[in-house]
Amino acid sequence: MMKNSIAASPIFADGQAQAAAFPYELADEAIYILRETAAQFERPAILFSGGKDSIVIAHLAMRAFAPARPPFPLLHIDTGHNFPETLTFRDRLVAELGFDLIVRTVQDSINRGRVREESGKYASRNALQTVTLLDAIEELKYDACIGGARRDEEKARAKERVFSVRNEFGQWDAQRQRPELFDMYNGRIAPGENVRVFPISNWTELDVWNFIREQHIALPSIYFAHERDVFDRDGLIWADSPFINKTPDEQPYRTVVRFRTVGDMTCTAAVRSDATALDDVITEIRSAEISERGARIDDKRSEAAMEKRKRDGYF
Amino acid sequence: MDILRIATAGSVDDGKSTLIGRLLYDTRSVPKDKLDAIDAASKRRGVDFLDLSLLTDGLIAEREQGITIDVAHVYFSTPTRKYIIADTPGHFEYTRNMVTGASTAEVSVILIDARNGIVEQTARHYAIACMLRIPHVIVCVNKMDLLSYDHARFDNIVAQFRTQFTALKPAAQRLDFLPASSLHGENVTRSSPHMPWYTGPTLLEMLEVAESHQPRHFAARMQVQTVIRPRTDALHDFRGYAGRISSGTFAVGDEILVLPNERRTRITRIQRFGADIERAKAGDSVTILLADDIDISRGSTFCTSDAAPDARRELRARICWLDRTPLENGKTYVLQHGIQRMRAKLAHLESILDVVAQTESANPAALKLNEIGIASLRLAQPVYADVYADVPTNGAFILIDEWSNTTAGVGFVL
Ligand SMILES: Nc1nc2c(ncn2[C@@H]2O[C@H](COP(=O)(O)OP(=O)(O)O)[C@@H](O)[C@H]2O)c(=O)[nH]1
Repeated sequence: MMKNSIAASPIFADGQAQAAAFPYELADEAIYILRETAAQFERPAILFSGGKDSIVIAHLAMRAFAPARPPFPLLHIDTGHNFPETLTFRDRLVAELGFDLIVRTVQDSINRGRVREESGKYASRNALQTVTLLDAIEELKYDACIGGARRDEEKARAKERVFSVRNEFGQWDAQRQRPELFDMYNGRIAPGENVRVFPISNWTELDVWNFIREQHIALPSIYFAHERDVFDRDGLIWADSPFINKTPDEQPYRTVVRFRTVGDMTCTAAVRSDATALDDVITEIRSAEISERGARIDDKRSEAAMEKRKRDGYF
Repeated sequence: MDILRIATAGSVDDGKSTLIGRLLYDTRSVPKDKLDAIDAASKRRGVDFLDLSLLTDGLIAEREQGITIDVAHVYFSTPTRKYIIADTPGHFEYTRNMVTGASTAEVSVILIDARNGIVEQTARHYAIACMLRIPHVIVCVNKMDLLSYDHARFDNIVAQFRTQFTALKPAAQRLDFLPASSLHGENVTRSSPHMPWYTGPTLLEMLEVAESHQPRHFAARMQVQTVIRPRTDALHDFRGYAGRISSGTFAVGDEILVLPNERRTRITRIQRFGADIERAKAGDSVTILLADDIDISRGSTFCTSDAAPDARRELRARICWLDRTPLENGKTYVLQHGIQRMRAKLAHLESILDVVAQTESANPAALKLNEIGIASLRLAQPVYADVYADVPTNGAFILIDEWSNTTAGVGFVL
């Protein structure tokens, strides 16, 4: 449902901010952070997943450095299990906004023996991509990786700093986080260390959607209601795909769904929805009963799933 | 829509997490699956009510020890505004996180357990709120239900608070008191039938009208973060100075002073989010174009031409130490003021503050983790800082340890 052009011209007039549902202070803050990242690091990059949060980051970067090009490439860690719609969209966005795109694949990490494919019913490449990411950071010598994570998504993320220093192994140490005072970001690091930067830390899911609406930003079609082959598992709706090992009693059927987050086809559950337009989506989120990450199968593994993955160097 | 930033403080078990959980719950900000999860977790722990504190205690170590270690950020909104709460830890050893969480707050909510009254942490947290010049402090006397909603007890605590801390309170600070029960949701978002003697607003009503913008009279200031030069044929001569306005306003046509050059020039264009605007205010991230070609780079400061900050090569400041390695005389650090960094040497550690007694002792040997004192620093190059009490957004700095690179301290220019 690409109603909007990707390279939407920034629409913003004095006085518009007051009337807006989106608190524009959040965009000022994100732009300030992006500019600090450009200034404090030698080789920063945007971690681009194809999801709405990283799309918003790309658009914020366009606005932060206009009329110049943002000084960041997009790094996509391709699990090989993407929704095809995400990849089509990614390539269109890169072409229209003029970013450099760098792709590293989990398949390549598997081929080189860095990681082993999981097996069984719940097999997913979600955990494997951490290795591919860390290898890419080392290979490309990135000292800062900009991500679209938000503190409202999950409890461990609620404690994350905007500039999150990672050691050589990409690990997050909650007990040793640097104090972050006022808006003075300290990105000084030792060789081998790098920083994850989260410009939209203070945005909620609704803020992201309101920004997308008010700034006329296009999204991959899977965020809107569409017909799809799905099957039921563990009380969630899973997209049918060649990447999932179904049991014989898991029979696919066709129905109308949309996705609230976009990860791998193996770890993103769909929600039943008729929301075909942005306004419908926003209405639905306002009243939603399920939190955003509630539809993430990867988070369901345990109560502390996210914190454990962050310690291992995950986004 | 605007944003109100709140920091919560109080001793362990005073009910911070419960209060925040209550605000989220009553404003319907908790999705059903999260409620189900805490309902299940509450039952596992054998408590017979919805333990709303489970909404914010997120880290594994915190769940194991049942305490809040690090600042957690919590979000909710009403039709009026969006709220960001920094839920800061109550333990003494985590004072640094409390300073961190409170540094951006417009409102500080300090909890007191009605049974315990004012304790050491109350004094500490209020002193920090005053040091940070948080414009609005709300003292929430919690757990009133455990004292049969005793009016006299509340009045006592208020009176004692006012007497004990008069010297501390900045004149501009707004100070409110509120009797509440977070557990039962009384005076949090709904008024309480058990406290008819309290006729003031609920906590949420106070927050809905709290001031979220800095005073308008602050002089205009902006540090340049980066220079934007597209270097394309079409935009060959474009030179924009990108930064976030820290105080006051800038408008097209304004005469400004550029520091350290001390050159006057005029603003020809202002862009925000890539579009042209006429006027920009504190908090806006903008790109400013100037009439004259001046040598400007990262760290240059723009200000109103008739109210510029002085160039300081020495700073006297109140310092709160945040690192395990103490602050000592003669040591050098990297000082970061806004976005500008320079080397700084600790020239003289003048005094150390006993936060609870509010007394200073002269010439301490060092400032250790969580300690607060006054020191003078010598700088390798001039800094254009204001006195923190006059323009807070241009009067604070951090000290970075040169070897570990950690943020080791925060200072407030005196
Ligand atoms: N009776 C009563 N108990 C409360 C109230 N607020 C919090 N509590 C209880 O006090 C304990 C500590 O609360 P918690 O919110 O975890 O405190 P925190 O350490 O300040 O975050 C918990 O058992 C709460 O249920 C209140 O208003 N009344």
